Parts: sequence; structure tokens; C-alpha cells
Amino acid sequence: MSLAEESSDSVFTEKEEEEESFNRRYTLWIKEALDELPHNFTITDPFLSGHPIVFASLGFLKMTGYSRAEVIGRNGKFFQGPKTNRRSIMEIREAIREERSVQVSLLNYRKSGSPFWMLFHMIPVFGRDDGKVINFVAVQVPISGRDHHHRKLTSVGDDVSSLDHSELVFGSCRREVCFGNFVQHQDHRALPVECDDDEQGLEDWEYCEASESEKLRAAEAINNVLSVLTRYSELSGRLVCGKRCCLRGVDCLSSSLVISLGRIKQSFVLTNPCIPDMPIIYASDAFLTLTGYKRHEVLGQNCRFLSGVDTDSSVLYEMKECILKGQSCTVQILNYSNRKDKSTFWNLLHISPVRNASGKTAYFVGVQVEASCRNTESKELRPETKQLSVVGAVRVAVRSSFMVTC
Amino acid sequence: MLLKIKRVPTVVSNYQKDETVEEGGCGRNCLSKCCIDGATLPLYTCKNLNKSIGEKSEAPVKFLESLVLGEWEDRFQRGLFRYDVTACETKVIPGKYGFIAQLNEGRHLKKRPSEFRVDKVLQPFDGNKFNFTKVGQEELLFQFEASSDDSRIQSFPCIPLEADSPSVVAINVSPIEYGHVLLIPRVLDCLPQRIDHKSLLLALQMATEAANPYFRLGYNSLGAFATINHLHFQAYYLTMQFPIEKASSLKITSTNDGVKISKLLNYPVRGLLFEGGNSIKDLSDTVSDASVCLQNNNIPFNILISDSGRQIFLLPQCYAEKQALGEICSKLLDTQVNPAVWEMSGHMVLKRKEDYEEASEEKAWRLLAEVSLSEERFKEVNTMIFEAIGLSSHEVAEEEEEEQSSMNNGFIRVHCPSVKDEEACI
Repeated sequence: MSLAEESSDSVFTEKEEEEESFNRRYTLWIKEALDELPHNFTITDPFLSGHPIVFASLGFLKMTGYSRAEVIGRNGKFFQGPKTNRRSIMEIREAIREERSVQVSLLNYRKSGSPFWMLFHMIPVFGRDDGKVINFVAVQVPISGRDHHHRKLTSVGDDVSSLDHSELVFGSCRREVCFGNFVQHQDHRALPVECDDDEQGLEDWEYCEASESEKLRAAEAINNVLSVLTRYSELSGRLVCGKRCCLRGVDCLSSSLVISLGRIKQSFVLTNPCIPDMPIIYASDAFLTLTGYKRHEVLGQNCRFLSGVDTDSSVLYEMKECILKGQSCTVQILNYSNRKDKSTFWNLLHISPVRNASGKTAYFVGVQVEASCRNTESKELRPETKQLSVVGAVRVAVRSSFMVTC
Repeated sequence: MLLKIKRVPTVVSNYQKDETVEEGGCGRNCLSKCCIDGATLPLYTCKNLNKSIGEKSEAPVKFLESLVLGEWEDRFQRGLFRYDVTACETKVIPGKYGFIAQLNEGRHLKKRPSEFRVDKVLQPFDGNKFNFTKVGQEELLFQFEASSDDSRIQSFPCIPLEADSPSVVAINVSPIEYGHVLLIPRVLDCLPQRIDHKSLLLALQMATEAANPYFRLGYNSLGAFATINHLHFQAYYLTMQFPIEKASSLKITSTNDGVKISKLLNYPVRGLLFEGGNSIKDLSDTVSDASVCLQNNNIPFNILISDSGRQIFLLPQCYAEKQALGEICSKLLDTQVNPAVWEMSGHMVLKRKEDYEEASEEKAWRLLAEVSLSEERFKEVNTMIFEAIGLSSHEVAEEEEEEQSSMNNGFIRVHCPSVKDEEACI
């Protein structure tokens, strides 16, 4: 199986999964219902590889100039650009990792390449019964610098009774207001400010404070989206809510761990040795492609479903021994796939115990390499190194994900 | 007066012994002339990067990261490390900043402490002392260099270790975290521990190449708890923000090459933050100029390269000097925490269980406050630095007004300049 095949297969699996899981949770009518809302918002699924957008509102598409097809499947970072403030990006990333809400002003870029400031307000949506993060909902309220200009200008000696004073930003850190351009405009009384002028400067603003009314609008939008999601989740019976109602179950992985694991593009599984029969609790997309199974078919199962009549039982025994001793091992084992041709394949399997932040073994990782397609190209990593790099990446992800104090 | 402190040096290599003279011809497969012939190591070449492009997606694990992790795991399973760092308990200390504490009893040997001179940041290389030509080749993971042409990333599984200045990545056998490595620029040139433009650029290129904001590089000068006087940087993975990365900053100025220099606010350590620049080299050169200035003025410092090479923290410190002069209280000394770059960033490795159990944000803050330069001294040092970078002091406006718009989650924002600032060159 060449790399190209692998990737197109997994994208296909992803698109199917996106649709499936979103509809299963909220029913087939959810998209119609969400389309009736006037707000700009996106909904992402942290349990899909790459933490992609699974829904984008019409308002959002209008604001950014993209079509729905261009947005679904993308990560939110797609709309960021060179002048987007690094701290703000970090804050959003950490909020996702810690599964909490965040509100921050952010510079985004439209399809045309032009930048704009908006107030980004994101919340996690939890499964009511298992405390897992099902989605993140993000609302985007554009912050109009031009409007603020107007207000500043009209406030000089003009009738200000019509102004909403709460929108005058105190201690504004926008350069136009502090010095330079503002003085210029005051002299010329130039209204309105030309579009180009405005947007030329705003990329360099370090920050753009949203007004109180903009913040209220964001909160209102979030509530509306959450109500719709909650209502439709009731219909399907898989309820969601805005607050975590119960502690995340022991065998439930945090969304941040899932996001980290999603970066690893090779075939691997995580199993839980502390639960009877050591079930699979995570399977990578590449594993599903390799074995031909669907995710819901493998989660909760012991790996033995991959073995069959001709699988060497002494090898299975060797693996069992290593697991009991908490040791790593590499074996060559005959596996039976569920692919269309129901073919068997030789699996060069490496298993290793993985500890979490407490220092104790939390999981076992199993990394599968189909023996026939071992890459001998000189420019690639040695196959052994590649396999071990998966183990390393899993170790880093597992250790860090458990350190979050919730 | 010669200032010295006693401390147990961290063992970074399995071949690091007491500071004794080596007998000739070691037979240990090291990097010296005795063993280097015929030695091979994978070579990773990255293109000479100009400006890093924005991340477009939840980036998959890149090649360099796979190489580091894969080779590290290989050494890990071969038992080359002094202990299993993943078996060390670690936690985030509750509080606004989220200091990270780790209980690591195995990192510090129960050995007789060695003497370290802490009054000289610049000391000549001493071939008799332990240095990285004495590491075993199994501790080396790969060679790393920037290619002169703009071609794509290349990796060669087996390249002979050049006689001409290979830069190597080695394991740290007493790791702070999984994946803890050492970047040793031009290992065979035996450079002492001091910043030079070429080497800092290499470190920055590695950070950029790794393209993972959770893979940071750090540097400790002599007098700021560097253990070995042979030029090296450290790096490891930790998938969370360091407290220092959460601290707010106030812009002081920008250089002609677009490098923005800010000072840290609301953080126990006073330091400078460098970011931007028209190219990676501009950013690197500015920080190198500043570091060289500190070195020449005998001011110990640490450097943290963060955010995939986009942010560089420069942190002068005076803890060792205070220690040598007996100015540190015994309670702090008893923790035996040597505040090097990771501690300064908010990652505290503790060797006593009681310190770990009772770790608090307040205690971490108090320790780091002792390490920091005072406000007056920091101002003096900044003046020196700005002069060295080529910015005259009247261009550099000191800020008074601070604007704080903190959010529910307690993060404080980055500010923009006030009226008086350099933007007056309209």
C-alpha cells in the first residue's frame, strides 16, 4: 500500500465519519436548524483527526468568503495568517487542550487574503452521560475598526446622544486612535475612512479590543447555537450540555489527548491493561485503513479479532508474557484483515507499555507495520526508527495529557 | 575574589566521570581521534529557512520530530538512560501560571559535589575536563545541519562523521522529560560554552524545523548553571505551555530588521523577549548580539527558544553569585534546585518528595524572584544590550502606562505601544 493510497483512503473515511458522527449525535435535521441561525460560527470535532470543522454557518462563510466545501474538514488555523497574534493562537490552543472556554480578539484572513479582526468566543460541548467533549463551538463577531473611527470622529464636538458610549473603548490600543492617523483624520474630517487605508494598518495592530456590545453578541450567539445543539441531541437521545455534568469516565480519553494522537499518521492502537480483556481504547485512522475495520467495530475489543486460524499461537503467548511483565517486544504475526479481499498480511507488531503523568503504566501501545511495504528508500527513516517514533510520540502525548488539572 | 559554589553536576553522558585526566586510547567508541575513523551517523539537513510559514492545519508529526523520537525511543529501550523519566511523577501546580513540578529523585547523584567557578561567564575550553568528544557514539542520534541550497529536506541514514565540523544531536542520559536531547554545534571544534552567531542560528533552525511549539530549546551560560563547558543547547518535548510563555510583555522597541524586543511583565524573572524580524537570521543575530554583550560583561544568562523558533527569551540571572556570597536562605538552598533555563521557564524538577508534595505557585515564584536581576540592575543591563544591538538609548522609550485587560481565565494580553514610542517615524 503506497503512501498516496493510504492518505486518500483515510480522507474518505474521515468525511464519512464526520457526517456520520455529527448526524448520529444531533439527527439529520441539525444542519437545517443551524442554518436558520443568523450568527457566524463553526463547530469542530476534536475526536476526528486534525480537529476539523464539521459545520460552518452561512454567516461564517459570508464573512470569510469561502464556500462550505472549502471549509468543512479544515482546522481553524486555516483562517490565521502571518500577522495573527501568536499569544492569541496559544491561548486558543491551550483552551482546547484544557477543554474550557475562551474569548479573545483574533486577526483572521478572508479567502481574498484581506485581514479582519473579530472577537473569537469558543466553548466546549460535553456529552451529558460521559462527560466527554463532543464538539467545540466557536462564534466569530467581527470587530469593526471603521465604526470606531466614526464614533471617535463624531464625538468631537458633534451630537453624541445617539452614540452608545459603551462602545467607546477606553485605553484603546489601536494605533489609529492613539496617534498618527487619528490626528490626520481629525484634520480632514474624512468620512468614511477608505477601506484600503483601514485594512492596511489593522494587520499591524497588536490587539483590538472588542466593545461590550460585541462581547454580548458573542455570548448570545453561543447560547443560541448551544440551545439548538442541545435540543437536537435530545431527539437522538445522546444528550449534550454546556457544562461537564459528570467526571470523564476512566476509559474516556480527553479531547486533547485525542488531538495529539491524531497527529501520528501511522497505524497504531492504545489498549487499556487495567480493564478486563485489555480493550482497544484508541485506534488511528491508518489502523482502520490497514485492517479494513470501522472505528466503532474495534473500540472496546481486544486485538485478538485480528488473529485467525493460521496465526502462530506461540507468538501470541510471547506477547502475553511481555504484557504481563510490562515489557516491550516486537513480533511478526499473521493478521486477518476485513478489507474487501479479506486478505491476510504479515504484521510486524511492536508493543510497549506507556506511562502517564503519575508515573504508572496507563496503556499499552501497539504499532503495526505491514511487512510487505517496508520502505527501503534511502531518504526515509529506517523502518525500525519509524515504528519507534510512533511509540515516542504516544509517550509524549499520554504523559502531557494527564497533567492538566481539571 | 574568586566566586565558587559547590554543586553536584548533572550527568548528561554515560561517559562523564569525575574530572580526571583521561588515559590515551580509550576503546570506548567516542568521538576523539582514537575512535572516530569509520564512524557513521544519520544526517539530517534542513533548508536554509527564511521565514516560517503559518501553520495551516493541526500539523502532522514532521520528519525531524519522528527522527528525534524514534532514535530516542531506541536508546530508551536499549537502557542507555540512567532512569525512566516517564516513571517520574509530574503535575501542574494549581495557580494562575501553572508551574510544572516533577519529582525526580534519580537525576541528582548522591555524589560528592564539584566546585564550579561562577564569577566568569567566559572560560576557555579545557580538554581535560569532560566534553562531548568523550561521549559514546551510541549516545549520538544524528547529525544536523542547514544546507546551503534551497532544496527540500534531506535525510541520509548513514553518513560518515565528517572531520569538518559536524553538528550533532545527542541524548541527555539524565533527562528532564521524554525526548531530552543536546544539540552540540560543531562538536569536534571543541567550542566553549558561549553564544556565537552561527551556533544560535543553528539552534533556531532546529526549533523552526521541528515545527512544534511544544519542542523548545534552551541554553545556560556558565554561571547560570551550565554543567559542561562545551557549547551545547538542550531540547525536549512537553505538550503544555510554560508559565513564562503565558506572561504578558510590553514592547520596548524594534530593530531596523524588524525584530521586536519586549520586556516581561508579571513574571518573577525580569527578562527580554525577542520576536519577529525579516528573517530567522535577523532574529538570531539580534539575540546573539545581546548575548555576546552579556558574556563580555560577565553577566550570566539563560536563553529559551519557544513557539517553534518564533520567540526567544533572554534571561539574565544572579542566583549563583548570590549563592557564592551566602545571600540565599537555607530553605531555598535545601531544595537543591539549580535555576537553569527550564526552571526559569517554570518547569521545576524537585528531588525531595516533600518539596514536590508542598509545591505551590508562591514557592516557585519566590525562588525565581531570587534568581532574577533587580529592577535597577535589569535597566542597566538593558541599556548595555541596546547599545550593543545598535539602538541608541533615546530611541528606546520606557513604558509607564500598562493596559491590562485580563480575561476570565486569567491570561493577560499583549499590549501595543503608547504614543511616545518609535512609531513616531511616520
